[in-house]
Amino acid sequence: MRVVIENISKTFEDGTGGHTEALRDINLSNEENEFLVVVGPSGCGKSTLLNIVAGLLPGTSGKVVFEGIPDESRPHTAVVFQEFALFPWRTVERNVAYGPEERGLPRKERQEIVRYYIDLVGLTGFEKRYPHQLSGGMKQRVSIARALANDPWLLLMDEPFSALDAQTRTIMQGELSLIYEKTRKSVLYITHNIQEAVFLGDRVVILSRRPGRVERIIPIDLPRPRQEHVVMEPKFLSYADQIWGHIRDQAREALTEENP
Amino acid sequence: MGTHSRSGQGGTDRGEPVTKDTQLQTETVVHDKTAFMVRREHHLISLIFILGLFGVWELTAQRGLVSPLFLPAPSAILVTGYKMILSGEIFHHIGASLWRIFWGFSCAAVIGTFVGILLGFFSVAESIGNPIIASTYPIPKIAILPLLILWLGIGEYSKITVIGLGVFFPMVINVYTGVRNADPVLIKAAISLGSNRQQIIRKVILPSALPMIFAGLKLGIGIALLLVVAAEMIAADAGIGFLILTSADLMQTTKLMFGISILSMLGLIFSWLIDKLEQLCIPWKK
Repeated sequence: MRVVIENISKTFEDGTGGHTEALRDINLSNEENEFLVVVGPSGCGKSTLLNIVAGLLPGTSGKVVFEGIPDESRPHTAVVFQEFALFPWRTVERNVAYGPEERGLPRKERQEIVRYYIDLVGLTGFEKRYPHQLSGGMKQRVSIARALANDPWLLLMDEPFSALDAQTRTIMQGELSLIYEKTRKSVLYITHNIQEAVFLGDRVVILSRRPGRVERIIPIDLPRPRQEHVVMEPKFLSYADQIWGHIRDQAREALTEENP
Repeated sequence: MGTHSRSGQGGTDRGEPVTKDTQLQTETVVHDKTAFMVRREHHLISLIFILGLFGVWELTAQRGLVSPLFLPAPSAILVTGYKMILSGEIFHHIGASLWRIFWGFSCAAVIGTFVGILLGFFSVAESIGNPIIASTYPIPKIAILPLLILWLGIGEYSKITVIGLGVFFPMVINVYTGVRNADPVLIKAAISLGSNRQQIIRKVILPSALPMIFAGLKLGIGIALLLVVAAEMIAADAGIGFLILTSADLMQTTKLMFGISILSMLGLIFSWLIDKLEQLCIPWKK
């Protein structure tokens, strides 16, 4: 399976005649089982791009094509949102069961899937809890399990750890890396955090600021499984420095500009 | 401590406050400045006050300071109430009122929820329904009763309908608001997990709107109680409203006041029931 993003552009109209060009001519595709990270300064349209790939937002021009999908029994994508987006009226296990339920899988199979993915994200024992009884890190684990349980061809993650504190975030990055190495699911990951991008990604796509364009694609040649201490290695630091060099000036511009 | 030498003016090597010995004794303990904001419950005070109020009332009435025609003693009201319970008279009236409330309230709750979801989810329904609701909502519902009697006759239907109309509007408006305020990211999540529109309504919109549905029910039950009494005062041969009105006509003030107490109790029971139902239906609410 490959997802091919062809000439995607997106312009937002604000209703009073003004418009903002969020994305311009994005061309991008992933490899089979690749962890592809899109990084960029605030306002580069990276979340917009993810929403277009997910079919949650129409592009102004261009198209997104999924290649090499043999049948339609599995969904193309599933999204992990920054805001967790768990259904507050469903317990952990029923949140995870949502996708399989909508696909009409038999109860027995659903239960097996739910048990597997709850175990994968380390939430065994919390099946009957409601989201409001969980910490932010645990909520995001449920959200990851829920997306994976639907067995999508491509997992879309929209700044999934931005709402977490720095320590929880580091732990979650490590866990996500492990989950990826276990499942080898293709991932498109959006972040503004450079360390996170280098730590998780097979390739890092740098988007420029408004309108977002692909500025550069950097393959990350670090061995897997990646352990926490990889962030201390000179190679890791040089990748991070290289990416920061591309983003720095634009991030500074973003600071002084008002949000549209 | 005394033998320990101080290391200069800036402080001590044992972490003691600088002010000690070397400067003036100006210790100030920090107090909680928000202490007065703590709300406490005074159960005893409320109990004493209520009992005292009834006591004063009872005494005033027994001493004959006020004519029992205007203000009968609480004990006299209780005795009358007891007699009405024994004779079954009160149940006859409560039953008639409850029956009207039940049908008016439950039909309006169901229809109101349905219409509210329709208006909140479909823009065509919204543009048709909203102007109609905006223009009919402000009408005091009891003003429509004569028209309803003209259309539906003086029997039960006109009363049930007027109650239903009263409950319908707060239901529609609350449910509509609940639907419109459903978190868009939850809807996106459901879409990304494969839900179609009908499943989104059932599995996301409806549970999102549940707290607002219950807010509508609570508003509605109060209005239902108000309207049943008003309707029964205009045209009925049974019911709490009828009891109160005829008791006043016959100068039976104790009966009248017992009728009013029954209304107070009904109101309390209704809101308690809806609270319980809410806890049952919304277990995820903190």
